[in-house]
Amino acid sequence: MQPLLIFKLAVRNLIGAGLRTWLNVGALSFVFVTIIGTQGIYNGLNEQATHAMIAMELGGGQYWHRNLDPFDPLTFESARGEIPSALQPLIESGKAAPLLIVPGVIFPGGQMQTVQLKGLPVNQKILKLPMQSLANSDADFPVLIGSRMASATGLRQGDRIMVRWRDVHGTYDAREVFVQTVFKTSVGTVDEQQLWMPLKKLQQLTGLENKAGKIILAANIAPVDAGEEWIFHDLDYLLKDLREMVKTKSVSAMFMYILLLSLALLAIFDTQVLSIFKRRKEIGMLMALGMTRGQVIQLFTLEGAIHGMLAAGFGALYGIPLLGYLATHGWALPEYTRGYGMALGERLYPSYGPVLVAGTTVLVLAAVTIVSFLPARKIADMKPTETLRGKVQ
Amino acid sequence: MENKIVELQQVDKAYRMGRHEFLALKKVNLVIEKGEFCGLVGPSGSGKTTLLNIVGTLDTPTAGRAMVLNHGLENLTHRQAARLRSRYIGFIFQTFNLLPVYTVYENVEFPLLLLGRPEPERHKMVMEALESVHLLDKLDNRPAQLSGGESQRVAIARSIVKKPQLVLADEPTANLDAENSHHILRIMRELNSRYNITFLFSTHDEKVISYLRRKISLVDGRIVSDEHLRPEENHATASDL
Repeated sequence: MQPLLIFKLAVRNLIGAGLRTWLNVGALSFVFVTIIGTQGIYNGLNEQATHAMIAMELGGGQYWHRNLDPFDPLTFESARGEIPSALQPLIESGKAAPLLIVPGVIFPGGQMQTVQLKGLPVNQKILKLPMQSLANSDADFPVLIGSRMASATGLRQGDRIMVRWRDVHGTYDAREVFVQTVFKTSVGTVDEQQLWMPLKKLQQLTGLENKAGKIILAANIAPVDAGEEWIFHDLDYLLKDLREMVKTKSVSAMFMYILLLSLALLAIFDTQVLSIFKRRKEIGMLMALGMTRGQVIQLFTLEGAIHGMLAAGFGALYGIPLLGYLATHGWALPEYTRGYGMALGERLYPSYGPVLVAGTTVLVLAAVTIVSFLPARKIADMKPTETLRGKVQ
Repeated sequence: MENKIVELQQVDKAYRMGRHEFLALKKVNLVIEKGEFCGLVGPSGSGKTTLLNIVGTLDTPTAGRAMVLNHGLENLTHRQAARLRSRYIGFIFQTFNLLPVYTVYENVEFPLLLLGRPEPERHKMVMEALESVHLLDKLDNRPAQLSGGESQRVAIARSIVKKPQLVLADEPTANLDAENSHHILRIMRELNSRYNITFLFSTHDEKVISYLRRKISLVDGRIVSDEHLRPEENHATASDL
């Protein structure tokens, strides 16, 4: 018997089953859309956090002073060096930006709070920080702060606050700084407990002329040898922590994925088993009419696979507009998501890549086909005389 | 010899039931020739259906030699048995066993689809089969919309549509009232006469027995009598209906 005939019979059976077919297709399409939708949210979280960190903090890679340990603030004072001459051409052409980090203290509301004073050239365009607003300021020591910092300290644009730090000789010094701009960012690590000021001013205040702790490279610029004092870290290294965090979150995402898929498969398996066992006399009859066991298995397996394909198509009908709308417009994230430790922003834009869509579709289709094959094989392996009597082994 | 459709020699059929073995057929010898209208008669558990299943290649004997349409069942693979059924054997069951999602037309057409017959030929053969069971007005109905008698007539049309050499009918009247039983029996007898199709029934229904030209009686898996009958003259032929 021709494979085309098996296909025709499967289609005829599905059409003949009417509402039952469409209920299965509807339920299965919901599985497709839900799994892709959920995974798209996780993908969106990851991509959004990565892009935000690159744009606001990391650039295209960074040179670190060899003494710098970002997890040990005590190293900040020793992790400063002369800006290497090899990088000067890149800095002058705007393809690299030196960053100086100095530990300090502020006293908002009469309470002491440790901060990092960060100096960055006002004309840099590598990080998406509004440093240019400091260049236009009339204040002696204008600073930028993020909205989280503003919220935590009660500072607002136009406020003045006393800052204390230790200079190059270890002597405490203090100045009043002017909050020029409060900027919004999803990246907490450029916001909380940080004051951004023009690099030249910070170098001048601390006596650290022409010195920096990090040098940030623009995207797609090949790193050059900057001498032994400076170590280049590419984005793979700089995003390692984020990716570790993503990996940890991916475990829960994967758990959700497997849970959803398992529930869906259980439902499909249950439906298929019920359907096929209910049709066991029909299977016996098909054999009596001259179908071989293989053909019966093919027929029922194909029916399951077509269910899956119809569900994928039906899911696409409402899933593409729905998920497309969410990917374009995103949805507002509640305040508490700031505590997730990822740069999420105020809106989340799910991301549905071709690998996710195609992978999920193939996986669900394969699973549906397998759960259709298993009960069909079990029944087709029985003697036709027993299936005709409606027996189940 | 060429007229032999079925030849069984010393056929046994045993079923394992737990630790015990139940012998459903014991040393059965039987020859059925082309064009016969015969029945296996006996009480429940006498081995009628088992014998019918073996003749229909749905089951195999445990011992003995069985030839059906010149094929030895001992060496028949599943695929060969399926091919034999699809080409030469039709089945009629007590519970009709129509495919529920197909229309009457599609149910009757199904065996021809399996044989790969082209559409125009299929259409002609289906219409001819449905005409012979007087169901041309029910082409688009589903089995659920038919009465018991109509369902069994569809099953008969399906069994004869491919012009098989042998039709096996397992208790075909068990779910029908007397009027419908006589109706389908007349139709089958007419088909037997018109196309020379061999009919083998399994039954304990006196109405069926009254139509038979040969009555093979089974008791406890053994053939206890094999009589050639003269069917009652008072049964109308299908053409009278």
